[in-house]
Amino acid sequence: MKGRVLVVDDDAALAEMLGIVLRGEGFEPTFVADGDKAVEVFRDSRPDLVLLDLMLPGSDGIDVCRQIRAESGVPIVMLTAKSDTVDVVLGLESGADDYIMKPFKSKELVARVRARLRRTDEPAPEMLQIGDIAIDVAGHSVKRGAETLNLTPLEFDLLVALARKPRQVFTREVLLEQVWGYRHAADTRLVNVHVQRLRAKIEKDPEHPEIVVTVRGVGYKAGTA
Amino acid sequence: MTAFRQSSFGRAVIRRLPGRVKRGLRAARRWQRRAVARLGTHWRRSLQFRVVSTTLVLCVLVIAVLGFFLVQTIAAALLTSAEKSATAQAAAGRSTVLGLSSVLVLQQPEADSPTANAPYVAQVAARTALEQGGSAGNYLVAVYLTDPEADPQADSVPWVAENSFSPSATISSGPTGLLAGVTQEQQDEKYDNQYVPVPQYEATTLVGNDGQSLGPALAVGVPLGPYYQLYYVYPFTSEQAFLLLVQRVLVGAGLALAVLLAAIASLVTRWVVLPVRHAAQAAQRLSAGHLEERMRVLGVDDLAALATSFNEMASSLQGKLRELEELSKVQRQFVSDVSHELRTPLATIKMAADLLFESREKLDPGPARSAELLQSQLERFETLLVDLLEISRYDAGAATLDADLVDVCDLVRNSAGDAQQLAERRGGRIEFRLPATGCFAEVDRRRVERILRNILVNAVEHGEGKDVVVTTAMDNDAVAVSVRDYGVGLRPGDEQQVFERFWRADASRARTTGGTGLGLAISLEDAHLHGGWLQAWGERGKGSVFRLTLPKLAGQELAGSPLPLDPDDAELTSGSSGTGPYPTAKITGTISHG
Repeated sequence: MKGRVLVVDDDAALAEMLGIVLRGEGFEPTFVADGDKAVEVFRDSRPDLVLLDLMLPGSDGIDVCRQIRAESGVPIVMLTAKSDTVDVVLGLESGADDYIMKPFKSKELVARVRARLRRTDEPAPEMLQIGDIAIDVAGHSVKRGAETLNLTPLEFDLLVALARKPRQVFTREVLLEQVWGYRHAADTRLVNVHVQRLRAKIEKDPEHPEIVVTVRGVGYKAGTA
Repeated sequence: MTAFRQSSFGRAVIRRLPGRVKRGLRAARRWQRRAVARLGTHWRRSLQFRVVSTTLVLCVLVIAVLGFFLVQTIAAALLTSAEKSATAQAAAGRSTVLGLSSVLVLQQPEADSPTANAPYVAQVAARTALEQGGSAGNYLVAVYLTDPEADPQADSVPWVAENSFSPSATISSGPTGLLAGVTQEQQDEKYDNQYVPVPQYEATTLVGNDGQSLGPALAVGVPLGPYYQLYYVYPFTSEQAFLLLVQRVLVGAGLALAVLLAAIASLVTRWVVLPVRHAAQAAQRLSAGHLEERMRVLGVDDLAALATSFNEMASSLQGKLRELEELSKVQRQFVSDVSHELRTPLATIKMAADLLFESREKLDPGPARSAELLQSQLERFETLLVDLLEISRYDAGAATLDADLVDVCDLVRNSAGDAQQLAERRGGRIEFRLPATGCFAEVDRRRVERILRNILVNAVEHGEGKDVVVTTAMDNDAVAVSVRDYGVGLRPGDEQQVFERFWRADASRARTTGGTGLGLAISLEDAHLHGGWLQAWGERGKGSVFRLTLPKLAGQELAGSPLPLDPDDAELTSGSSGTGPYPTAKITGTISHG
């Protein structure tokens, strides 16, 4: 398994501790303390995953997240000290795939990192269809007609999970387990934010979604239109 | 008593009336009652209405009293002047008639037939008197022959009248009081030739030939020699007309004055009331949160002073609120900073502790146990930190509701995990009594789960190993979850105190689950944020009930709870065996008792 992790954190002690834990689990951590240099280091080191502290000196963690997302679909896991809805949602909307609240257990951190890296394992060839969207699971591509839609790996996983069982309604908890790898109930805002991001990319009119449909009070399902 | 009889009589009358009339009467009475009620409400609510109506009523009263006295005075003056002129005319008429040579007979009627020429003589006398009076309005002159020796059988009439009326009036009898007075004067003159008789007068009513009343009149009488009497009758027509005119003018002027005064009162009150109303409106808007609301200050009078004071109050309030907002912002920022500053090192410590804890087998017993303690106390520290931050977020007013339509029964099952594990260790069970249909409500999932986790763990912790019963029910407006335990219960008065921060039921009792002492305080805030209730019931030795009631729609006001807070008496008297008869009437799909 590939395991290059870029740790973007200004707190030297935390970064060092993260390094110890990650090395202990067989990952190769790279470190950058300054937000302004983060994107540069990211381009140089080409990591498989980014661990990003939201509160950074220089450019804000949110900005760093946006810049990295703009040029890569690499999994981004945020480290946040704030549990306020606004901060978490802002982080997720700027492109992070998952977040961990400080303080966290080493095991939890490693589990999240593994969950985000696992999907890079080779999948079996498979073609799926929802509405006018065609999904090539093995080839990691989503097309509407001839137009290729550019999804991040997480958005892709979310879409595939829904498309594999059309008509089935997925609760947010089930999606959290299947797509994010959470064992027990966690923050369902993760699902809400990512469904919105997915819709923004694949729906003709994100205000009136036809491919990923909300089932009020339950969750989401793949649309038939 | 009288009133009762009257009303029962009235009812008896109404009973006999036909149905349609009765309905009409009832409707009229209802309408009247409503009108009176409306008027009463208006009276209580509107200062202007009160002032104007009071002014109007008082004004009408004063004008009525003044007018009454004025009319009385004028009438009396008119009467006096009429009497004066009438007596003067009567005296003048008497001397004119007596001066006529042709009517010397008046003085000395022929002895053998005193009444033979009487009608003629009387007519001449009457006509002379009438002509003497000139054309000063309509009046009647009558000559009355008083002859004690007159033949009672003679069909001649003792009255001979001349008048200027049209149609003419006649006279057949005079007012008896006046007749007696004039006869007395006549007697006095007979005995004393030098005596000048005084005209007598009396108010009377003039009756026309056709028997119709011609209205009140003044009759004046004076003796005309020893055998005749001269009478004048003046109808009060012109005086009455004048009095009527005066009355009309008075009523008209009075009404006009009353209306004018009412209008002035209305206008003046408006000057006062309008600014007061503006002030009330401004105060309302201010209390509704429009802090920039100010009143217009016009002039330097009392109302301007009101407006100025109001504005000063508003500014001061606004300033204070801004200060508070600023403080709250600072507080929130502080909480956020503390949160970040504490969490980052804590994260490092925690990972380090994890690492030590994992490798504790390689350590000596002392350091190994230290690693374990470090691990467990770090967890406790973290929970405390989370709770403290949460409560200070509430204190700073920074908590927001993230409501979503969810099944509260699901939340109950999801949040029971920790409590179930704890209950198993204690040897008890958690019994769920949830409706099969689900209980959907707009709630903040995270907060409601936190409340439920808290009250469930509390119930198991204080349940002394006995079973805990969780009941969920809903009605049209609310969803309720009640958690019943049969453990130590609460002392009287503790129902409120349990929600206080860092409160402990028994200070000496050891904490086994490491609660922070903030759980119920946070839960209460969570419930209030939903517009819901979190209430406790408890009795020493009989256990306790914690009931959470949430409105189905976020922010809706709660009127009641679908579940009772107190267990019913039957359960309490039958003893707290564990699974007593708990009210389940509203609940379907009870999960097994086994």
